[in-house]
Amino acid sequence: MKQSQTPIVGLFATCLVDLYRPTVGFATAALLERAGCSVEVPPRQVCCGQPAYNSGNRETAEEIARQTIALFEPVDYVVVPSGSCAGMLKCHYPDLLAGDEAWADRAARFAEKCWELTSFLVDVRSWTPDGVSWQGTAAYHDSCSSLRECDVSDQPRALLANVQGTDVRKLDSADVCCGFGGTFCVKYPEVSVAMVDRKVDDIAATGADTVLAGDLGCLMNISGRLSRRGLDIRARHVAEVLAGMADGPAIGYGPGRPRSGDS
Amino acid sequence: MVAHLDSLKFADNAARARADASLQAALAKLQRDTRLARPGIISRLPEFEALRDRAVEIKDHTLAYLDHYLEAFEANLADAGGEMHWCRDADEARATILDICRTAGAKTIAKGKSMVSEEIALNDHLIANGFDVVETDLGEYILQLREETPSHLVMPAIHLKKEQVAQTFRDFHTDLPADRLLEEPAAMTEEARHKLREKFLAADVGITGANMLVAETGSIVVVTNEGNGDLTQTLPRVHIAIATIEKVVPRIEDALTILRILARSATGQEITCYTTTATGPRRAGDPDGPEEFHLVLLDNGRTGLLDDACRDVLRCIRCGACQSACPVYGAAGGHAYGGVYSGPIGAVLGPALAGLDKAWPLPEASSFCGNCQAVCPMRIPLPSLMRRWREAAHDRHLNKARGRIAVGLWGWAARRPGLYRLGARIGIELLARLGGKRGRFRLLPFAGGWTAERDLPAPEGGTFIDLWKREQKPGS
Repeated sequence: MKQSQTPIVGLFATCLVDLYRPTVGFATAALLERAGCSVEVPPRQVCCGQPAYNSGNRETAEEIARQTIALFEPVDYVVVPSGSCAGMLKCHYPDLLAGDEAWADRAARFAEKCWELTSFLVDVRSWTPDGVSWQGTAAYHDSCSSLRECDVSDQPRALLANVQGTDVRKLDSADVCCGFGGTFCVKYPEVSVAMVDRKVDDIAATGADTVLAGDLGCLMNISGRLSRRGLDIRARHVAEVLAGMADGPAIGYGPGRPRSGDS
Repeated sequence: MVAHLDSLKFADNAARARADASLQAALAKLQRDTRLARPGIISRLPEFEALRDRAVEIKDHTLAYLDHYLEAFEANLADAGGEMHWCRDADEARATILDICRTAGAKTIAKGKSMVSEEIALNDHLIANGFDVVETDLGEYILQLREETPSHLVMPAIHLKKEQVAQTFRDFHTDLPADRLLEEPAAMTEEARHKLREKFLAADVGITGANMLVAETGSIVVVTNEGNGDLTQTLPRVHIAIATIEKVVPRIEDALTILRILARSATGQEITCYTTTATGPRRAGDPDGPEEFHLVLLDNGRTGLLDDACRDVLRCIRCGACQSACPVYGAAGGHAYGGVYSGPIGAVLGPALAGLDKAWPLPEASSFCGNCQAVCPMRIPLPSLMRRWREAAHDRHLNKARGRIAVGLWGWAARRPGLYRLGARIGIELLARLGGKRGRFRLLPFAGGWTAERDLPAPEGGTFIDLWKREQKPGS
């Protein structure tokens, strides 16, 4: 890996951030810049391919993997504001392409430079928020892939500990799946909702006003169930709080903040 | 009574389970207790992770030389006076056991807990042939009275509340005073113990499973918490142990390594209350033990798995850790899976045993949270194996066409980034406008799976890629 003074980071936005919540993309870019990186957003990026991979459509997933690897080969690091998509890039691309002579090495080299956002900030850049404040009480939910594929658990909490005014409460089942699971949540909605109900109960029990996580999939699922149950608890991506961009509407509470001059 | 459910109807089965408040409470308690206990169990054994690695090595080695170790086991068992019966499938195993019971002139058969016997529906077969068969594991005894199947590998009656058990005992133990106190589990256990003791003493044949087969000695290892396995093995004249081919390990030391992680993973105990090794029938001078010992060895499709992508599943030691840790199992319960095995292990074994066409929803019904793999003492990559089944279901067009077509279309676009970006721009703008100021949908066409019980957050407006490009331009 190249070790320039200012590393060039390719931001892999993930399809949910790209399509649903650009604020998280801008927050991620801002954090990376504050952590001393130069940010590039390759415009031809799409999704990481998980919907195909987890639906048994391996061929499509392989093609998307090759396309993504090629697109991000010029940068020093690939940083992803999602444990799920980072896990796909880091853990599953090498598995997918292991049998492809032309791509196996490329996939392995690519995997080494892929990072989940909070892990990159802490483990690679040793960065801590400075002068950032956000007034709120939060329950932090660990996404399954962050926890089990990207070794992320302490990093977001350590970062949040340096945000002024933020009180992170202990969430009883922080490490239990929220029931999102990609296409699982619409294929088996009864099971998925039973799972998110337990999560929502535990979040409510903390007394927090906001649930934070590093994955938009979990957050949309949790937010959707919270509001349907009439619970006044908001959901935000942790990057929004860390970047000081948590002043706009929470997930599912209105259009994004105006885009001029905030990045 | 819970009828045998259909794996193809997993979604409906799970929906029914969700409406069952007492089942939900039992499952939530199981999962919470297991989750809270685990860190302590592991921290008290610093070599836990190393033991897992060693156990995986032992099993992988044994599976690579399975024929050798099974033949060694057979030879050593024969030296000890026992007999081994090789059975290809359930029919052969049932016929073999029936034959042994008939030859022994048996009337009453005591049974220890055995998932393999569930796999071949042994009880029904023996009862249909006129034998009095009684389950001696407390949980299995309760299920036998209720005509239910186990819903968990090591806690078969976990789906029941103690009040339901008390009622079952009142319904069936009609010779006892109707006004007896039966509120505490201890009282129920005592009552079952008396009932079972009569059966143990009457039994002509005892049938147990085997947690492991030790090749170097021809011994079986059986672990229980109630001691029923020991009485089943030692009191009747004939002992039949039934085991599948992957249960063999080379040496007694290997069995001990696996035992150290088995109970910890299953129930959080350091070791089960009873761990018994038995080597053939009673020898001259032995104070107890059966006159005859038979080992019924069952393949039932496992040889096929040896050469399959799912081979790793043969390392399973049936501890049930994956079930206790699985949030899908925790929501649906074991019976919803409609097979002998449930939870993540059932989602991998179910299609292998029943056929993928009869069980394809099981591997699909996982959020791939990975907790099963994290807790599996044998490090079986359960989500990857489920994904393998999903690939087979996709290739064979077994799964629902709607999902397959939707993902196919999306994948087609994703391989054409220019088109994908154009579609995203238009679609997201439309969705954001529909979402309006409220910012979420309560109802949306084609999104019923999501919106039936959840709001769908609306997009903020604009795609990140477009907005980013727009913001970069003035400065560049």
